[in-house]
This record gives sequence, structure tokens and C-alpha cells, in this order.
Amino acid sequence: MKKLMLGNQAFARGLYEAGCLFVSSYPGTPSTEVTEEAAKYDEIYCEWAPNEKVAMEAAFGASLAGRRSFCGMKHVGLNVAADPLYTMSYTGVNAGIVICVADDAGMHSSQNEQDSRHHAIASKVPMLEPADSEEARTFAALAYDLSEEYDTPIIIKMCTRVAHSQSVVETAERKVPDRKAYEKNIPKYVMMPGNAIRRHPFVEDRMKRMAQWAENCEINRVEKATVTSPNGRKVGIITSSTSYQYVKEVFGNSVSVLKLGMVNPLPEKLIKDFAKDNEVLIVVEELDPIIENHCKSLGLSVHGKDLLPMCGEFSQNLLRKCLGGLVWGREHTADQVLSVDDPIPGRPPVMCAGCPHRGLFYTLNKNKCTVLGDIGCYTLGAVAPLSAIDTTLCMGASVSAIHGFNKAGEGENEGKTVAVIGDSTFMHSGMTGLANIAYNQSDSTVIILDNSITGMTGHQQNPTTGYNIKGDPAGKIDLEALCKSMGFERVRVVDPYDLKATDAAIKEELAAKEPSVIISRRPCALLKYVKHNKPVCVNTDKCIGCKSCMKIGCPAISMKDGKAHIDETLCVGCGVCEQLCPVGAFEHTEE
Amino acid sequence: MSETKNVMIVGVGGQGSLLASKLLGRLLLDAGYDVKVSEVHGMSQRGGSVVTYVRYGDKVYSPLVDEGEADYIISFELLEAARWLPYLKKDGQIVTNIQQIDPMPVITGAMEYPTDLVEKMKQTGAKVDAIDCLSLAQQAGSAKAVNIVLMGRLSHYFDMPEEAWQKAMEAVVPAKFLEMNKKAFELGKNV
Ligand SMILES: Cc1ncc(C[n+]2csc(CCOP(=O)(O)OP(=O)(O)O)c2C)c(N)n1
Ligand code: SF4
Ligand code: SF4
Repeated sequence: MKKLMLGNQAFARGLYEAGCLFVSSYPGTPSTEVTEEAAKYDEIYCEWAPNEKVAMEAAFGASLAGRRSFCGMKHVGLNVAADPLYTMSYTGVNAGIVICVADDAGMHSSQNEQDSRHHAIASKVPMLEPADSEEARTFAALAYDLSEEYDTPIIIKMCTRVAHSQSVVETAERKVPDRKAYEKNIPKYVMMPGNAIRRHPFVEDRMKRMAQWAENCEINRVEKATVTSPNGRKVGIITSSTSYQYVKEVFGNSVSVLKLGMVNPLPEKLIKDFAKDNEVLIVVEELDPIIENHCKSLGLSVHGKDLLPMCGEFSQNLLRKCLGGLVWGREHTADQVLSVDDPIPGRPPVMCAGCPHRGLFYTLNKNKCTVLGDIGCYTLGAVAPLSAIDTTLCMGASVSAIHGFNKAGEGENEGKTVAVIGDSTFMHSGMTGLANIAYNQSDSTVIILDNSITGMTGHQQNPTTGYNIKGDPAGKIDLEALCKSMGFERVRVVDPYDLKATDAAIKEELAAKEPSVIISRRPCALLKYVKHNKPVCVNTDKCIGCKSCMKIGCPAISMKDGKAHIDETLCVGCGVCEQLCPVGAFEHTEE
Repeated sequence: MSETKNVMIVGVGGQGSLLASKLLGRLLLDAGYDVKVSEVHGMSQRGGSVVTYVRYGDKVYSPLVDEGEADYIISFELLEAARWLPYLKKDGQIVTNIQQIDPMPVITGAMEYPTDLVEKMKQTGAKVDAIDCLSLAQQAGSAKAVNIVLMGRLSHYFDMPEEAWQKAMEAVVPAKFLEMNKKAFELGKNV
């Protein structure tokens, strides 16, 4: 039956059909739905791991146990999981292992724009790259077969536009291969030097065999031009993924296309033959010139990044603009677009009304703290009017960096610097940084923003929430006990809705001459089980229009005719704004 | 071969554009078209500007709609219609809710919400159908039905039989909200 499916949903369908039985992932846009959708199949065991490295190692274990396994992550997640990946390339698998990595060209929701293909090349792990939902589904099944045949994990690279676009898929039945018995095999699985030295040549040979496969496989295909290109020359374009879609959209059948479904390793003969058949050769790939450099290493003369940008994502207009001249023999002139003259105010994402992070960041800003930040909804604490965050690097970096900042600051930083980190991020990679503070003793203050969920990526459970991916009760890590057990004497909990208590806690812990942890605890305002108060309202007779309540940047508060006004469809009655009003103009609405 | 048509659904994170794109996707798939529906998740859900692209035709390649390509822009909020206006084709149609939601730069007073946007959009030559979807949705029984009111209005311009819309609604709207949504659809269609 034909269905419209999100790329990520179709990927999960492919895992299901291929008999995947074990999924362990860490969320990250745009990869998250592969795992969320897989969790809807009761036949597949699914879990959120604390981070990507743990997830990948768990998937390795499941493969050893003889079951097809999967782990999914966003591009930067693969940096975290790079360690197991690079050596799993040597050990190979028992049952197949498929890894999803989702790139985010255009940085719709990421801190950088790295190109994951580099990891595939460096780790010598084959990488497939689907261009739509149907390919996401079929490549998943193909990847398991390749994984088992060539004894290697296989990476499937998604990107925002494939992951988050729905297109038509056909579904198939699920087939579960028999469990492969685990057999002890020290030379294959124990990667100490003596064994790894013998596995490395296997890896090199495997990649040669895979490159051979790449020459003739169905997923690397040539689509010949059926009409002549307007400039009279034969143009050949090598491309993959969503770039393929833009190429077909713009140039249709007037160019020949070599569409690559496998981007590591790349074929040689197939590319050379394709080049021979065409007078002009162009590589259209987002981000880094990987296919282009491969072509150049084959001695081919090729266009690519001389015409197309390295930064950001492509689109049909971008191809018209950058390649029109070469392909059509005339520059593309875009029509004048319609637009109104007034400047259009931007609409950036903001913390939700009633977000528990807001009160904390207001207090940090008020105390003029230097705030080493981390990644999550709370990164929005960097945005005006809160403007409270000084740094955001990668997950966990707040806790590690404050230690260095304080140690090297010659005593100037301790009294005014804090690290802030969310509960999920703390479990991901904050704990090790905290161990460093405890061990090497810096007088650092770490604030864990415990909103009982992984908010940023769409509300996933994590080891501190007490629930698993299916929403069933699970183990629950006690943050206070954890910090104490590491040796922190000063561990305290505050409610960030209570501005006075939050202010006092921050002042006291900054003043203390020893390491400390503040747990700022209040569940995310969007969680279903959270009971909200009635909206507040402003008594316009009392309001003096001082805008004190607006310093917290709540989207429910605006100024109307010189007085504060509350949008009651948004307000959840958290009462944070009320505490800032110097004249008591806030009132609580009645039932 | 029929040319690929482009629809954009724009609004503010959390306004319910997901159901609208689901409905359209279903309608067009049932009508035998190749369809692509593309949305961006993540950051954009926190009250930011959100956009969904729906494309259909014999064979659809790109999942995106680019500047100057949209046959229809369906907007849940007035400022968003103006923001995405450059994506409209010369003879394209805008269907917009007249509701205004202040973005943060307006809330903080750094910028102003432009006035008379419907008029100003019309002055560019765009065809603009501006309706008070919120009132109509409330009339149908729920403020949440703004999305279906907009779809009802779109059906006015779409060459698709009434039964096809009804069938698609039955497929994507939960049974207990079906009657209310059918009413919302009618109200939107006949304003
Ligand atoms: C290595 C890595 N993996 C995943 C992500 C995606 N990501 C960004 S923030 C975040 C978790 C946020 O959760 P939490 O720390 O609980 O903060 P909240 O959003 O709930 O405030 C994730 C998974 C990332 N940026 N980097
Ligand atoms: S989703 Fe939750 S944690 Fe994130 S901004 Fe909204 S209220 Fe805050
Ligand atoms: S009580 Fe104030 S700060 Fe809290 S959600 Fe309502 S308007 Fe926003």
C-alpha cells in the first residue's frame, strides 16, 4: 500500500521490515523520529541511552548477541560515538549493525554544520545516503545485508530535508533472520594490538571489496539525458541525497545524472566512465567537496565548489543561480519577488510561557554572573532580554569549562561564575566534568536545570525522569545522591519559580569557598502531567508601565497602551512576572 | 504531464499546521498525485516562525518550495503571510487568517508590528483572501479548528471534489472531533 511517510518514519519502517530487534539511541534533531517511530513497533526493543557512545556500544552488544541492531544520532552525536565506531570498523559485527547519522546543513537546529561523511571515510565504515523516504526504507534493509556480508557496521546518512520530508513509500512484510549464535572469537573481538594489527588489513581489503560493489550496485545509478542541454554540450552531474532532487527539479532530463546511493567508498570506474560520456562534469553536493575531491584524485576535471557554496543548504533557486550559466549557457535571471516595504520583525524561537528556566536566567543576569552554558532549551537564555549565557560549545562543556575557567582565572572568576546544564545533558556528558571538579578541586558552582525531560529535542525521557521511551516506569537516577557521592558537600535544590530563594542560593553558593551544585528543579511547562495555575492579569489602574515584568521575556507579556498586558491563552500562571512588579499590579483570575 | 504545484503553510510554532499538511497530503495522495510534504522540526517549535511545504504533481523531486514558486500560501497569522510573501508566484493566491501574534521584538518594543498588512500585500499585486478564522473556528466549536477553517477556504480555490475533502478529513481527523471540523470546513469554504 502506498503511504506518505516522513523520511525518519520510513527509515524506522525499514528497520522493522529487516528484522531489527534492538534499538539504542540518543535524541538529536533531525534524527530523533527514527527511534521514536521504531518504538511504536512492539516487536522491536527500543531505548534512549544516556549518550551516543553508550547507545552505539549497546548496539554492538546486541549484534554480538546475534540480533540486528540500530543506533541513531545527529551529526555531532557521531563525534561522541566516534570512539566505538572507529574500532567497530575493525571488529566487524555478528548480526548486522546499522547506524543513522543525520546532518543538518543550514543548521536548522544545530551548533555546527559538520559533514558526517568525513567520519565514514576516516573510520573506513561504508555509508549509504538515501534521497527520499522510500530510499530510507529500502536502504535500511540493504544496509543489514551488507553489514552481515561484509562484516562491518553500516552508516546511513540522513539530512534535515530527507529526514523531515514526507514522500510516498510502499511497505513490505517484516522478516526476522534467525538469531546468530554468539561464538567466542578473541582475534576478532578483542582489539588489543596483536589482534588489531591483523584486523586492520581486513578493513582495508573490505573497503576495496565494497568499492568494487559500488561499481555495479543498483543504488549507484546513471540516468542518461534524454534531451540535449540548451548549451548544446553534454552535461553530467554527480550527486546524492537531497541535492539529487534539486538537480532533477531544475535540469530534468537535459543533463545526465550519476546518482550515488553509497557515498563511502566511492566508485572509480563508474565515475570515470560517466565523465567520459559527458563534456562537462559537475558535482552537486552540500557542505564539503568530498565527491569532488575524489573525482579530482582520479584526474578528472570537474566543477563543484568553484560554483556552489560550502555553507548552508541548497535549493532549486540556488542551483539555477550557481549552475544556470554553465548548464544552460546563459545566466539565470530571477524574477523580482513580491514583498511589502515595511520591515518584518523576526520571530525567533523563545522559551515557552512558564518555562522553568526563565526565573533562573533572570536571576543570573541580575547578579551579573558569567555563565558557561550548554545545549538545550536553556540555550535560549542567551537571547535578549535575558542575555544571560556566555558560552555554548557542545554537550557537557559547561561543567568541564568552568573548571578550567576558574583554575586559570587567578581567583577572579570563582565568585561570579556558574555552569548551567540540563538534566539530559548532565546525564549525557556532564557527570564526567563534575568528576573532574570533585577530583581536581576547583571552587566551581554548577547548576543542573532539572526540568524532568529532554525538552529541546521534543520531550524524550532520560535517566533522571523515571520513565522509559515507551512512557513506562523505569530506573531513576537521584541527582542529589549522585553529586554527594562524588564528594560534593554543598548540594541544594531550589525552585526557579521562587525568585527570592533562587537569588539567595546563587549568592550563597558563589560565596562559598568550595565546589557546589545547585539543582534548579521544576518540570517543563509543556509536560502533560503539569497542572498549571489560572492565568494572571494586570490591574491597569495599579500598573505604572515600568516594564519590570518584561525583563524576563515571557511571550505572554506585552505592553498595550502603556500598561502591561497578559495574553491569557499563553499564560500558565507561573507567577514569576508578578514577583518583579514593584506596585503589586498583578492579580489572579477567578475560576 | 501536469506541472508540479506548490503550497506553503506558514504560521507560528504550536498553531496546529501539522494537521493541515496531513490533510492536504492525504487528499492529494488519494487523488493519485506524487506528493512531498516537508517541515522543519526542532527549534522552530518554541513559538518561532514555522513553514511547511506541500508539493504535488506527476513526479515531485525537490521537497522545498523556493522564492517565487508558491501557487498558494496558507497563513495562520498575518505577519507570517507578509514574511513569506516573496515565495508567492506572480499570480499566486494567499489565504490568511487575520489573527496577529506579536513576536518577541514587538513584545520588547524593539520593533513594531506593521499596520494594514492585507492592503499592503494586495498593493504588491498578490491575490489575498484574508479571513477571521479564529471567530469561524470558535463558531464551529473550538479555537483549535483554525487549521480546518483555512483548509475549507483553500478548497474554494482547489480543483478537487467536495467528497474527496470529506474523505481525507475522515481519514486524518479523530472521530470525536470530526463533526466539529466538518462544520469548520464548511464555514471556511463559504465565507
Ligand atoms: C552530541 C549531541 N547530541 C545531541 C544533541 C541534541 N541535543 C541538543 S540539546 C539536547 C538535550 C537537551 O535536554 P536537557 O539538557 O534536559 O535540556 P532541556 O532542553 O530540557 O532544557 C539534545 C539531545 C547535541 N546537540 N549534541
Ligand atoms: S519545552 Fe519546556 S524546557 Fe523547553 S522552553 Fe518550553 S517550557 Fe522550557
Ligand atoms: S505568570 Fe507571568 S511569567 Fe508566568 S506565564 Fe504568565 S505571564 Fe508569563
